[in-house]
Amino acid sequence: MRMRTVEIGVGAFMLAGLAALIVLALNVSGLNLSEQSKGYKVYARFENIGGLTPRAKVSMSGVQIGKVTAIRIDTRMLMAEVEMEIFNEVDYLTTDSSASILTAGLLGEQYIGVVPGADEEVLGEGDFIEDTQSALVLEELIGKFLFNKVGE
Amino acid sequence: MKPESDAIIDIRGLSFSRGDRPIFDGVDIKIPRGKVTAIMGPSGTGKTTLLKLIGGQLRPDRGDILLDDLNIPTLGRRELFEVRERMGMLFQSGALFTDMDVFENIAFPLRVHTTLPEEMIRDIVLMKLQAVGLRGARALMPSELSGGMARRVALARAISLDPDIVMYDEPFTGQDPIAMGVLVNLIRRLNQALGHTSIIVSHDIKETLGIADYIYILSDAKVIASGTPKELADVDSDKVRQFMQGLPDGPVPFHYKAPDYMQDLLGEIQS
Amino acid sequence: MMLNMLQRLGHRSLSRLAALGRASQILFQSLVARPQPLVMLPLVLKQIWFVGVLSLVIIVVSGGFIGMVLGLQGYTILVDYGSEQAVGQMVALSLVRELAPVVAALLFAGRAGSALTAEIGLMKATEQLASLEMIGVDPLRRIIAPRLWAGFICMPLLAMIFAVVGIWGGSLVAVDWLGIYEGSFWANMQQSVSFYDDVVNGIIKAVCFGLVVTWIAVFQGYDCIPTSEGISQATTRTVVYSSLAVLGLDFVLTALMFGEL
Repeated sequence: MRMRTVEIGVGAFMLAGLAALIVLALNVSGLNLSEQSKGYKVYARFENIGGLTPRAKVSMSGVQIGKVTAIRIDTRMLMAEVEMEIFNEVDYLTTDSSASILTAGLLGEQYIGVVPGADEEVLGEGDFIEDTQSALVLEELIGKFLFNKVGE
Repeated sequence: MKPESDAIIDIRGLSFSRGDRPIFDGVDIKIPRGKVTAIMGPSGTGKTTLLKLIGGQLRPDRGDILLDDLNIPTLGRRELFEVRERMGMLFQSGALFTDMDVFENIAFPLRVHTTLPEEMIRDIVLMKLQAVGLRGARALMPSELSGGMARRVALARAISLDPDIVMYDEPFTGQDPIAMGVLVNLIRRLNQALGHTSIIVSHDIKETLGIADYIYILSDAKVIASGTPKELADVDSDKVRQFMQGLPDGPVPFHYKAPDYMQDLLGEIQS
Repeated sequence: MMLNMLQRLGHRSLSRLAALGRASQILFQSLVARPQPLVMLPLVLKQIWFVGVLSLVIIVVSGGFIGMVLGLQGYTILVDYGSEQAVGQMVALSLVRELAPVVAALLFAGRAGSALTAEIGLMKATEQLASLEMIGVDPLRRIIAPRLWAGFICMPLLAMIFAVVGIWGGSLVAVDWLGIYEGSFWANMQQSVSFYDDVVNGIIKAVCFGLVVTWIAVFQGYDCIPTSEGISQATTRTVVYSSLAVLGLDFVLTALMFGEL
């Protein structure tokens, strides 16, 4: 009789632990079990990527359309090269779209904001976004401000 | 009566020290088969240690402990496991497993060493309980038993495999007269009925002399006397006589080492 | 005089080293052997009950309160920066990365660890371990091993339950009481908590803590002086050493896991 209580208790405990793990995976960390929306790779070069990290969001008009998958240095052009994976469903980014590194909120993480252009053709696998805007670096801003002030 | 004729346990030249203190120094003991042998001596002479050495829980520094043809200190794990099947030990505190009831405690050695079916185990356990008079207590937990009852259950557990050797570690200590009488009676009766060898470690003169066939007295790491109870009564040794008669002063002094009495008292007054 | 101090230091260090050696020996001897699942499974199950299920109350209550405090404090601090929306991720990250494994381990050491030490110490004092040996059963395999396994299994489960209850407590305070929009609470959290980097690392921490705490608890009981005073000293040592070990190990693990990020 006592053994039965023990077994039931232990079984319930293990279930609770498993449930906790599932909650942690799905609700807390947003683990995407559904097929990671497959996407196509798009590249962009920046002078300065600021605090951009891999897995940062890529969004258009505030809606996420992909994520940053890798950040490298392009040794030919000596600039930073960001590799992004754009969701397959987002197939309307024109070739003259622009990509800027923006900051979410005052202290927030940095992400890439894409503004589409007006071209006929759209970006495909392996294409580059030519029009880029680097991250704002505080020291440069202050420098520019002081420079302007001096000029006045 | 010389026990050399048939010694089931033959201890030769046993030496064992704990740290710097020698517990045994070249001790020879022969335990006669089928009889009740008592190992006695003042507190702290290592009587319990001897049982642990025989059981293989401790290894001697030097010497042999022969059980029939097997030298206990040299046995490997497998062989030691098999030898332990032939020994049963009753610990001073009973040492029943507190998470099992009486029945399970006694069945434990059977389950470990044999693959007997449940019905047979049940029969054996009930027989052992009947032998110690506690068949009705089979479902109690150790915490529900009185001290004397716990000892009897522990005794039933010690004999559950019908061992050749049963060892009793201070069985009479702290028992009330009735429990004592029951235990003495049981030890003697079981020894005769089951034909095993009993080794009792005790410092209880009266009870032990009553049931022992052969006695060894240990003191200061050596055997200072051995013989039947009658032979020991006539032994001409101060140490033995002090122990046997319970004299307060003798080779084991009454006074702990202290400076001269007069000096001590005067010293107080002077300062 | 100096020589005396040196000698005492040397003696203490050597005896600590010897204790570590003995502890490693019993860990090895308990776990490494032909597995006997038929015998071991019921023993392990029983220990999971004593060590895990009976610790649930303190884990759940503590987790809930800590989560609620995190929610409250987090809100109070973040609201000054206009970032109170970030309370969700703050609570979740603090719990999942640090507080759940560490605090659950400390509570576990105090409740289950001390109970293990006392139980094993008492078995030693009442000669139950010795009589197991005399009957021919290795007490390391029968008594110690199931408790070790139970500790390894229970600790990560308890840590996860702690984290979940804590996050729920935090959400109670932030969403229901302080009025943060429920959607952003959870959405922000899901954005910033990574399963592999945060949750899994937290679980790895909990497993390591479980190992260390249970090992210390079991060794202190097995090695103690078999008197009532000895047992109480051993129990105290278990709680103190486990707590220190958990905190120290946490630093090392955190540096390894999150340091390079």
